[in-house]
Amino acid sequence: MTTLDSSKEIQKNNSEANETHEDFRMFGLITFLIADGMTFAGFFAAYLTYKAVNPLPDGAIYELELPIPTLNTILLLISSATFHKAGKALLKDKNSESQKWLFFTAFLGIIFLICQLFEYFHLPFGLTDNLFASTFYALTGFHGLHVTLGTLMILIIAWQSRIKGGRLTSQNMFPLEAVELYWHFVDGIWVILFIILYLL
Amino acid sequence: MTISIDPQKTNNESLQPKGWLRYFSFSLDHKVIGIQYLVCGFLFYLIGGTLASAIRIELASPMSDFMPRDVYNQVLTLHGTIMIFLWIVPVVNGAFGNYLIPFYVGARDMAFPRLNAVAFWLIPPSGLMLVASYFVDGAAQAGWTAYPPLSITTPQSGQIIWILSVLLLGGSSIFGGINFIATIIKLRRPGLKLMKLPMYCWAMLGTSLLVVLSTPVLAGTLILLSFDIIANTGFFNPVLGGNVVVYQHLFWFYSHPAVYIMVLPAFGLVSEILPVHARKPLFGYTTMVFSIMGIVVLGLVVWAHHMFTSGTPPWMRLFFTIATAFIAVPTGIKFFNWVATLWGGKISINSAMLFSCGFIINFVFGGITGVALAQVPFDIHVHDTYFVVAHFHYIVYGGTVFIIFSSIYHWFPKVTGKMLKEKLGILHFIITFIGFNLCFAPQHWLGLNGMPRRVAEYDPQFQFVNQISSLGALLMAMSTIPFLINVYLSVRNGKDAGDNPWNALTPEWLTSSPPPVENWEGEAPLVEEPYGYGKEITEGK
Ligand code: HEM
Ligand SMILES: [Cu+2]
Repeated sequence: MTTLDSSKEIQKNNSEANETHEDFRMFGLITFLIADGMTFAGFFAAYLTYKAVNPLPDGAIYELELPIPTLNTILLLISSATFHKAGKALLKDKNSESQKWLFFTAFLGIIFLICQLFEYFHLPFGLTDNLFASTFYALTGFHGLHVTLGTLMILIIAWQSRIKGGRLTSQNMFPLEAVELYWHFVDGIWVILFIILYLL
Repeated sequence: MTISIDPQKTNNESLQPKGWLRYFSFSLDHKVIGIQYLVCGFLFYLIGGTLASAIRIELASPMSDFMPRDVYNQVLTLHGTIMIFLWIVPVVNGAFGNYLIPFYVGARDMAFPRLNAVAFWLIPPSGLMLVASYFVDGAAQAGWTAYPPLSITTPQSGQIIWILSVLLLGGSSIFGGINFIATIIKLRRPGLKLMKLPMYCWAMLGTSLLVVLSTPVLAGTLILLSFDIIANTGFFNPVLGGNVVVYQHLFWFYSHPAVYIMVLPAFGLVSEILPVHARKPLFGYTTMVFSIMGIVVLGLVVWAHHMFTSGTPPWMRLFFTIATAFIAVPTGIKFFNWVATLWGGKISINSAMLFSCGFIINFVFGGITGVALAQVPFDIHVHDTYFVVAHFHYIVYGGTVFIIFSSIYHWFPKVTGKMLKEKLGILHFIITFIGFNLCFAPQHWLGLNGMPRRVAEYDPQFQFVNQISSLGALLMAMSTIPFLINVYLSVRNGKDAGDNPWNALTPEWLTSSPPPVENWEGEAPLVEEPYGYGKEITEGK
């Protein structure tokens, strides 16, 4: 605001009317992610209860194939690292390098989703086949939705960093940091999901 | 990094309509949003109240002669849902929280004004959608708990609309919760310590923690339920291998904390009102803070006391009985602190004070029946009878709604700059108090003698007591009339209130009534002790 008009008088008025304070948008985001995490916690709790209390009849037990989800786990872990790289680069004002890392992260996210769809099409069970199948699709699908949103957000900030004098600079890291936190969160959930759903 | 809040950007005065019109427009001012919550909530309260009257008319006679049974179920479901999700929760959190919290932390607005506006504007459309579902294809019929398999097997479009509406309202309440936490933790004036905050801030902090931790679980549950309805999955459908008890666990993991989401803010509000009208500092500030946090923690782990009759194993029954009984400790502390605050004070008998005292009386009664219900053998006897109905109405109506009215009498001068008329206010209190107790006290007897809840027809032996109850409900319905007349007359030509008619010490009274857009003309005043009344009395003022 002060950049709009540098006359002493206006500066004084503005500083009286405006309150400067610490940036707490990140704090808000963390609170939101805790809430989001609780949604997953509810789903996990339901799944584990079903597993313990409602054993499936013999013929209805499916062995899940491990290769694709393992690959997906690795993809997501790598993408967390590449995202981190993007942040580092931006901090050093290397915008185009940062942008490359962002695109690469989004690319990994898209591969993850394609792999997941591929897995869906090759599974021997459908959504309504039995309780396990329903919970499986609900959990992985809800997570996939998060990956989709995350990928879209990465593409948006990558695009923003293209615009000269755009909103993503080393002075304004917030969009990148926010999406990065979200992405790490989604990765973390996947790891838990992978352990509970595929390994247990 | 620091960012600055630009009032020109957030609340562009020249673009906002002036006077009353601004309450009907999209505004980012926390005070306007607070009043919008209140008015919107009150309109839904009138709808919910009309439905309640319909229920009591039906129950005045043993047969279902006033409305058909499925209509009765729809009316009952709409009533419960509206009262909880569209009246108590939005008003006691959204309305008073938005109005007061920025004042209490010395800020000019909430932490995220835009998110705040979004949270409010989710409510009217989802509420209207819920009500309109009655006229489309019949509203949901499965009660406010939407237990499957009933909610899966009853006509589905109403149930789907119900789920959608509750999801949106849950989202609104999560956004609100995030905003309150950020405002209270991060937006405090430099130098304002947490332990110096007015008690309502603590109550809202605790409530918002509960909202953030438990509402998402309800959202997830309802999404699964909607899959069961739309996509024919079997999460909660026993026919397809699902488990209805899992639904109950997930539902009550939200809905037990939800009772504290309704009543903790009321605890906070009463803690603001009592010291002012008794001219004494709040007794035991620190214990009040710790009891709030104790209630938050315990509130999260007692949900299964709603499921003692759902086939819970003995160890679970034991654990949840003990945990539930423990909640009586922090609640009891709060009760004794309120009484100690009143003790020896210069009590002014006005409408705000009367409603607060009514709250304390009703709440003790509701709390005691709650402890009784937590005992498994007793609960098995009265579960799903009118005893439970009586218990929770003593809490939600006798507790929270009494405090909503008390708060309206207390803060009306601040919001409008006019006083409410005391004579009408006291009349309002008397009718409400008598009507309420006449309506719900007899229901304990009905429950103990075995009258089931949620049915339109009952054994003729219960008719007389039901008629007393219906008479009470009639009085409660009529009690809104003096209130509405009072508000109308006072807004038009009430006595001018001045900035601080009650000589209160909390910061909202240090600005003009009604407050200016940015809350304070100059710098925000720093209030060291929100409850420094003791000095005044000892100094013989
Ligand atoms: C703080 C405010 C409270 C509210 C708003 C509240 C509300 C409710 C509601 C709505 C129900 C009905 C559940 C249903 O539809 O089946 C209920 C039942 C119950 N409440 Fe409360 N309650 C509160 C406090 C307490 C306290 C303090 C206790 C115990 C110390 C308690 C113990 C119970 C128990 C054990 C039941 C289950 C009764 C049954 O379903 O058989 N409640 N409460
Ligand atoms: Cu409970």
